[in-house]
Amino acid sequence: MVTDRMKWFTKGLRDGIPIMLGYFAVSIALGISARNAGMTAPQATIASALIMASAGQYIGFTLIAAGASYLEVMVMEAIANARYLLMSCALSQKLDPALPLRHRLLMGLWITDEIFGVSVSVEGRLNPYYVYGMAAVATPGWALGTLMGVVLGNVLPARVVSALSVGLFGMFMSIFVPPAKQNRVIAALVVISFAASYAFNALSWFDGISSGIKIIILTVVISLGAALLFPVKEERHEA
Amino acid sequence: MKHNVYLYILGMWLVTYLIRVLPLTLIRREITNRTIRSFLYYVPYVTLAVMTFPAILTATQSPISGALALVAGLVLAWRGGSLFQVSVACCAVVFLAELVLVR
Repeated sequence: MVTDRMKWFTKGLRDGIPIMLGYFAVSIALGISARNAGMTAPQATIASALIMASAGQYIGFTLIAAGASYLEVMVMEAIANARYLLMSCALSQKLDPALPLRHRLLMGLWITDEIFGVSVSVEGRLNPYYVYGMAAVATPGWALGTLMGVVLGNVLPARVVSALSVGLFGMFMSIFVPPAKQNRVIAALVVISFAASYAFNALSWFDGISSGIKIIILTVVISLGAALLFPVKEERHEA
Repeated sequence: MKHNVYLYILGMWLVTYLIRVLPLTLIRREITNRTIRSFLYYVPYVTLAVMTFPAILTATQSPISGALALVAGLVLAWRGGSLFQVSVACCAVVFLAELVLVR
């Protein structure tokens, strides 16, 4: 239905605004790293508009600067971004099984940490137009912030960049805190995740592992443990 | 740089896109296995929590302002603050805290 699409697209545009602001701030730092890697403004901006992956792009830019081979860059990219595989699996269960392939192919472009986080928090089925709405405002934020970083470098006051950079964490909290309030298992999982993530980052023998891999290991181990110990009761049954 | 930067970008995009799109396109049906369903149900909350802490402490100029933003965000989200409200509040807390903390 057209009205339904418009409703979800508009809601996506609105919910995409905090994502855009956060992306703008974070990607300024990314742009600075691109400039340090010897990339031009068009190159860095195109990379951001297409790839939309913070850690993945940092690693990619670093390897490009080092003159790594195409294969090396692609392998590292797969490792840094492997968490999107899990997110995509989770999102696949939020979609109408009859959703046409073209929508699945299009949505796949914008599975970022933030767009994913907001998408899964939707009640019931996920309408692809919600993702398109968010992407329509979030992508320019990410690309323009990167451009600003390359062109302006450190012109923006450090305290402004610092303040904007926690915006994305605020979004994450607004997604996982409300369910934690309703469900004790999720509340416990949040505490365990915080503690385990802290330990992983503090212990020096994990230093060789990239942050992307740490996220995957922790997510798989903790979620699997919870799934085995506290399987979710099937409340609403789809026919 | 002897390599073509645009080819690097194309390679990075291709790998990232395949990772994002394959499960979405290949898993067309509802998974009935209860353990897998439960696993996928918990994944978002765990992964967002793992990404938030301790990363929020190093995102700012001072770990104290990051910690204050964490507490403010948790409290406000617990009390039903919207996505936008929580996000803006965290930024404001860091900005105000660093007026005092960072000179």
